[in-house]
Amino acid sequence: MSEYTSDEMMTVNAARALTDGMTCFVGIGLPSAAANLARATHAPNLVLIYESGTIGAKPDRLPLSIGDGILAETADAVISVPEIFNYWLQAGRIDVGFLGAAQIDKYGNINTTVVGGTYESPKVRLPGAGGAPEIAASCKEVIVVVRQSLRAFVEQVEFVTSVGYGSGPGDREKYGLRGSGPQKIITDLGVLTPDPATCEFTVTGIYPGVSAETIKERTGWDVVIAAEPEIIAAPTAAELAALRKFKEERRS
Amino acid sequence: MSEIVSLAEAVRRTIRDGDTVAMEGFTHLIPFAAGHEVIRQRRRDLTLVRMTPDLIYDQLIGAGCARKLVFSWGGNPGVGSLHRFRDAVEHGWPNPVEIEEHSHAGMANRYVAGASGLPFAVLRGYAGTGLVEQTDTIKPVTCPFTGETLMAVAALNPDVAVIHAQQADRSGNVQLWGIVGVQKEAILSAERSIVTVEEIVDTLEPRPGAVVLPSWTVSCVAHVPGGSHPSYASGYTERDNDYYVAWDAIARDRDAFAKWLDEQVYQGVSA
Repeated sequence: MSEYTSDEMMTVNAARALTDGMTCFVGIGLPSAAANLARATHAPNLVLIYESGTIGAKPDRLPLSIGDGILAETADAVISVPEIFNYWLQAGRIDVGFLGAAQIDKYGNINTTVVGGTYESPKVRLPGAGGAPEIAASCKEVIVVVRQSLRAFVEQVEFVTSVGYGSGPGDREKYGLRGSGPQKIITDLGVLTPDPATCEFTVTGIYPGVSAETIKERTGWDVVIAAEPEIIAAPTAAELAALRKFKEERRS
Repeated sequence: MSEIVSLAEAVRRTIRDGDTVAMEGFTHLIPFAAGHEVIRQRRRDLTLVRMTPDLIYDQLIGAGCARKLVFSWGGNPGVGSLHRFRDAVEHGWPNPVEIEEHSHAGMANRYVAGASGLPFAVLRGYAGTGLVEQTDTIKPVTCPFTGETLMAVAALNPDVAVIHAQQADRSGNVQLWGIVGVQKEAILSAERSIVTVEEIVDTLEPRPGAVVLPSWTVSCVAHVPGGSHPSYASGYTERDNDYYVAWDAIARDRDAFAKWLDEQVYQGVSA
């Protein structure tokens, strides 16, 4: 059971970032896999909240979409979309927002709108904002789960869809954003956290066997790596078994 | 009072060229059959409004029905891109489509304002994002009580709202349940509306958490079992996840899409 992929390491590490009893606003894809893994392992009382209006969903398999029927069937409450955003997210009731990203910069700003060209005539039109701008603004904290690559990790995003720290210290306060912003970017190589003074994301955790060179090669800015980064523990047999069970069920 | 008519008749009566049309349903209860009927009746220059364009608007955009898209997340959930949407925005095929882009919270509040008879809604949102500069439907507003700066979003009042629901009774009262999205707000914000339903029952049995739309809030009801396929209707049908995956290859290629359109929609039978 010692063999595992970098994606499995990422998902397991993202799951570990969630503590039991937290309320978590879950984005679909990598964040959803991690949040469900956390609930299946060390955080059985994690409250999963999806933007489809399902509060306290308890799926026993990975939901295939944000509106998967299993979320509504297992939820404590199913409410309308205006209500989930206004009463629950905007009012500051959610501990952690768990987001993915197409492109993220050194201040944790996320672009899911356009890449290349202009806004009107983009080279690549991405899906757009969805729930992310207000999740990034209003959750008490935000964790971003994204694979690390030059394409995804850029000095400055071309379009700010969801605000991290804007252009540095003080910007969140200036914009009136009430949550504390992104506290972790969890990738397939390690973990980045914001420097308390500059808000710039620096590498403070590395997975076993990942080199500093690899991290630098896959980061689009001159990223600082902590002098003594935490070497994050490999997935346990129990974590891998729970994750693979989800994947198996998804295939069947 | 709503009238129970065929889907083809409902679309004929309700949707005109150039209309602003909101077909809602958040992953669940997406009114695909109604969308296909709009394609078959070759409506043009529509402003299509929908939080998640999903496959339904990929199809309408690819078929050339849309002049403008008002939306907040345009992807194929769990699969990838909406290729017809991207082709229209990136290459203007089959025609250029103007976009008006929001966040989910913004779109939801725009419907709430529309349903409430207000010109705008207020939320904590958008501050610091690039979205504000791209549309004149988001503007900062000062709270008259606290002096705080908040965001105002313009109300949505579509000409027509289209939704799919589980049940209607013979008087045209509608009930839907499960993930109810923004369908109530969409119907109440619109001038006219179509509701397709899985089943017409003698009496609606009240269900916990259900949305009930009294007959007098709806223009036309049409009996269309399976009308949300490949989306689903909780209690009636399952989401066809394979269809969402298969759509990727069809939508990626203009010819494959044209073939799909011809075989599955134009030659399909009007309900």
